[in-house]
Amino acid sequence: MIVAQAKPFPELAQMLQDARRVLVAGCGGCVAVCQAGGEQEARILAEAIRLWAGEQGRPMEARAVVVPRQCEPEWAQSLGPAMDEADVVVSLGCGVGVGFLAEVRPGMRVLPGLNTSFGGGTVSPGVFEERCRMCGDCVLGRTGGICPVARCAKNLWNGPCGGSADGRCEVDPQVSCAWHQIAQRLTARGETGFLEEIAPPKDWSTAGDGGPRRIVREDLAS
Amino acid sequence: MSRLSEVLAAGRFAVTAEIGPPKHADARKVRELARLLAPCTDAQNLTDNQTAVVRLCSLAAAVHVREAGGEPVLQLTCRDRNRIALQSDLLGAASLGIENVLCLTGDHQKFGNHPQAKGVFDLDSVQLLAMARGMGEGRFLNGEEIKAPPRLFPGAAENPFAGPSAAFRAARLAKKARAGARFIQTQVVYDLAGFQAFMAAVRQLGNPVPVLAGVTPPKSARALKYMQGIPGFRVSEEALRRMEGASDPKEEGIRLAVELIRQLREVPGVAGVHIMAIGWEEAVPRIVEESGLMPRPEIQETDGIGGAA
Amino acid sequence: MTRSEPLLVAFCCYWCAYAAADLAGGMRLSYPPNVRVVEVPCSGRVEPELILRALNEGADGVMVAGCLEGDCHYQRGNLRARRRVERLRRLLEELGVEPERVEMFNLSAAMGPRFAQIVAEMTERLRGLPPRKFQAVEEAGA
Ligand code: SF4
Repeated sequence: MIVAQAKPFPELAQMLQDARRVLVAGCGGCVAVCQAGGEQEARILAEAIRLWAGEQGRPMEARAVVVPRQCEPEWAQSLGPAMDEADVVVSLGCGVGVGFLAEVRPGMRVLPGLNTSFGGGTVSPGVFEERCRMCGDCVLGRTGGICPVARCAKNLWNGPCGGSADGRCEVDPQVSCAWHQIAQRLTARGETGFLEEIAPPKDWSTAGDGGPRRIVREDLAS
Repeated sequence: MSRLSEVLAAGRFAVTAEIGPPKHADARKVRELARLLAPCTDAQNLTDNQTAVVRLCSLAAAVHVREAGGEPVLQLTCRDRNRIALQSDLLGAASLGIENVLCLTGDHQKFGNHPQAKGVFDLDSVQLLAMARGMGEGRFLNGEEIKAPPRLFPGAAENPFAGPSAAFRAARLAKKARAGARFIQTQVVYDLAGFQAFMAAVRQLGNPVPVLAGVTPPKSARALKYMQGIPGFRVSEEALRRMEGASDPKEEGIRLAVELIRQLREVPGVAGVHIMAIGWEEAVPRIVEESGLMPRPEIQETDGIGGAA
Repeated sequence: MTRSEPLLVAFCCYWCAYAAADLAGGMRLSYPPNVRVVEVPCSGRVEPELILRALNEGADGVMVAGCLEGDCHYQRGNLRARRRVERLRRLLEELGVEPERVEMFNLSAAMGPRFAQIVAEMTERLRGLPPRKFQAVEEAGA
């Protein structure tokens, strides 16, 4: 899923300075699963905005709504009427949701309530880890299912680097060295070929370095 | 031909040292160090924004060293340059007669003074080596022909003490040799036994490339302890004990380095030493002298400016 | 809005704190009358939204009272409640609200006197804080 976390409130407060009626739009997709932008978080944020505004002596209206997924144009569109009643929208969707809502009412300020962080998952309750950087050219089949793009701090293809020690990454000892894990897993499977061969440079043009990406599926197109 | 390549080709025990370019635009110190180190070492590495701290660029520093009579080894990292910039720098270096290039991935920007920087890491050190070799053979990375190919003598670093194992590190060294490394400079060695295990693994792989063992004279017990805390460093208990007990730590540091070099010379497969004494370069001439490595071999200077003749 | 006594909302777990409040009443212990006890099935039921809502609707302070640690009827509800309250207190600070207006307590059903004491302490604490500026309780669109 897309893992996100709440923006620090002061940053949001800065952007809300002259708002009067705020619509907090939650999303029932990934951000609800990682408990950053679902219905409950939207309601909490709406209450928080009211409390903050009240303490400032400038009451604001703040209302929470939620749609199953903000990254679906139909659901984004369905928020149009509620958006019309507000003067500022705070989207608790990922960046896709924020963008889609902004397209629904281009004349309106749609603010991000979250920092969209990474493609990842829950490794234990309350702990989320990055697993995918969406580079557009998956190599997990050769690397034992461990991603050197998302999991190695230096994006190595011929690792581990000289800073790998005791299975930990030099950049953050809290994090496992991805290449240590790749080496262990492939060795255990008896698939050391990939480790020995000189992995060629990656084609980053599919990874966003080639510009915004677009996929057209003729079979699905209307 | 680079002097370093000739020393190694002649099977002479090589000595290299390191110069850290300054954090300002005055290169007098670099030239001064080049003059100090040139008589007692075969080549001098110019670090490339070492530990991700902004410094005078290694290519410019290499030119200063060359002009001061030294033999530069240009360090080039993948942290700050993509494949376009790296190839451009390699062409530029060769055009200035700089052939020795140490191909590194680079320390992560997190350790430096601009931790907010976007790390490039378009290539890794192995891919950079392969690219440098390809360029020497007349091909850009994309396969296009280079009319006047750069004359390069690429090298690489290896850390005998990093994970997952000495055997794995030796295999990675061999991989670097296959990719195009013509010499290897290792991480600092204090743990002789660990290094010997690594070299045994390297020998098992047929000694694919000359290895220069890294040596750093410790200035104090504190400096040694600091190094112990860096991931991938291994400091021996004995070295630490000796430094702690020393009445004159600097003298003891030099003694330690000299002893280590004498021991490293005995390790089969070791082709030289790389002395890293950044901030204490004045110690290098003495260390080389006392290690019995003077005088340095005379090499016929051959002109190598520009592309391959 | 002016009030002589601060208004305290106490979310009390049915299994312990609510019973303790009951017991305090039964024992005729005197404690400040400004507390509004809200029975919840478990302190873990008290979402941050409820606490914020109480503050928005005029409460000066909120206490969440659950079972003693290790005695939660639902295993870890009270532990979760504590962590949520701690997180909420950090948010309150960012919102410009004194975090000490909100606190988590642990009680057993037999601790009637302790309940009375906590209410008295919280009331005392709230009296010492500057008065809050309440905003009109009005939910847009609702
Ligand atoms: S320690 Fe491992 S994960 Fe970290 S940068 Fe080096 S190779 Fe990558």
